[in-house]
Amino acid sequence: MSSTDRTVRVGSGQGFWGDDPDAPVRQVERGPLDYLMMDYLAEVTMSIMQKQRGRDPAAGYARDFVPLMERIFPTCVERSVRVVTNAGGVNPEGCAEALVEAGRKAGVSGQAKVGLVTGDGLMERLDELLEQGHELRNMETGEPLSTIRDSVQSANAYIGAGPIVKALEKGADVVVTGRSTDTALTYGPLMHEFGWATDDWNRIASGVIAGHINECGAQCTGGNCMIDWWEIPHMSDLGFPIVEVSPDGSFVVTKHDGTGGRVTRASVAEQILYEMGDPTDYITPDVIADFTTIQLDEVGPDRVRVHGIQGSAATDFLKVSIAYSAGWKATGTLTYGWPDAPQKARAAARILRERLDRLGFEFDEVRTELVGWDSTHGALVGPPPADIPEVQLRIGVRSEDRAAVERFSREIAPLVLTGPPSVTGFAGGRPRVQEIMAYWPALIRKEAVQPHLVVEVKDV
Amino acid sequence: MSRIQLVHLAHARSGDKGDTANVGIIAYEPEHYDLLVEQLTPDRIKEHFGPMVTGEVERFELPNLYALNFLLHGALDGGGTMSLMNDAQGKVFSTAMLRMEVEVPEEVAEAVRGRGRVPEGWEPEQGEYV
Repeated sequence: MSSTDRTVRVGSGQGFWGDDPDAPVRQVERGPLDYLMMDYLAEVTMSIMQKQRGRDPAAGYARDFVPLMERIFPTCVERSVRVVTNAGGVNPEGCAEALVEAGRKAGVSGQAKVGLVTGDGLMERLDELLEQGHELRNMETGEPLSTIRDSVQSANAYIGAGPIVKALEKGADVVVTGRSTDTALTYGPLMHEFGWATDDWNRIASGVIAGHINECGAQCTGGNCMIDWWEIPHMSDLGFPIVEVSPDGSFVVTKHDGTGGRVTRASVAEQILYEMGDPTDYITPDVIADFTTIQLDEVGPDRVRVHGIQGSAATDFLKVSIAYSAGWKATGTLTYGWPDAPQKARAAARILRERLDRLGFEFDEVRTELVGWDSTHGALVGPPPADIPEVQLRIGVRSEDRAAVERFSREIAPLVLTGPPSVTGFAGGRPRVQEIMAYWPALIRKEAVQPHLVVEVKDV
Repeated sequence: MSRIQLVHLAHARSGDKGDTANVGIIAYEPEHYDLLVEQLTPDRIKEHFGPMVTGEVERFELPNLYALNFLLHGALDGGGTMSLMNDAQGKVFSTAMLRMEVEVPEEVAEAVRGRGRVPEGWEPEQGEYV
């Protein structure tokens, strides 16, 4: 499509896998929208999906995306709202197949096309890549991947907007990808609509920042917002963000009329700073954006204009998200009441540790926190007041030895009858023993991934 | 001069990248940004957090947003799924930083009194949901 004078509206429908299930419905029903983007993937999500696929070859994607689409497909078709999502996880093919089926059930056969992007998965090519000299060193520690090769559970390259643009050009109404970057789900549609060149760094950087603002859902429209939070209206019906983007890349952050929440300079600024590193060097597959160039202006109620953004040439690398199995952990809680609640809780932790030591179990870490006192602000809060009415003991362990963590899990409830008095809050049962999927961020040269990316479009 | 808690001068949001927590601090009033730049040095932030931050503290300036971004390395007990912390994603490091005391002129302290906290006596409306 060629450039146009009109603005393009891209709304956010999910800030993470498990976000408000009705938010996408509000986005498509309660006002005008051109694109709905939905981000389902966090750092550890891919490894969870890989495990699910190991048990069931048809699984491995954000399953709730499919019934959601069944619900909103007719409205999307009727109102020409196109959907772009990374719900495909480690099985975008399976997700697209289920989506076509959902479209048929929703009665939009012959009226919609599903675009599918594959090729970001590196798990099956991992040994080949290592042999070719791609060391996939950990970006934080510098260690080569070969040191943990046998523990790797999933490996995916973060891919940019190219394949999304291609799918939209081919007429896709819903685009399903694997590990697309969160921001590409917003700026991909913009590159397609406005025909931005792939070296139009300032405009693409604007799109990236629009994507960064969109990607956490209501976190820029009043959710988790610190400014006068007690005055934010109707938070039970929170409007999710919409960016109204102009061909020059500048945009207005807003939400549908009549929804709750608030969009102000401050609410947008908070989200801009979320998960930020060096603000002059925000690296994506398609551009490096400079967050110190962002200008914000309040231009109306719940309308913040964002402009002035500068970007520079992309690097030759893609980031790779690798998850590897790194032992086991569990966390249990018990509540101790006045008097001397903190002393009782700490004594209980001590007794538990002695029992585990006597059994000969080894842990890499045992951590004790008192919820209600120091579990979020740590040592900054000093010793608890003598008469604090209650604290919740929260004790966690981590070990390479699964049996040790399982035994720990069985030692919490017995403390109720065998430890310090005035204790309750154990009704939730034994703490769950969880496998730790650790994150290994790495870089790979683009040419090792990009030729493998495939875009297909299927009729519903 | 007067010592007040940072919570009255700025709002904040924090998040994680591996074992690093990031805290963005934003001045409520643009004219207080320079005060933040002067007072919130990486050394003072490191001192404030003490053993909670095992690595270095980095600071980046965003004068366009009247904001500072801090990276607190080694703050999340290994980070991600390794961490045993209640706040493994560093979501509440934001207000942990806002506890810090800063030195400001008397008139600033007077002007920002009560800012950043719910008004005295405020409670959520309950109505039919009591």
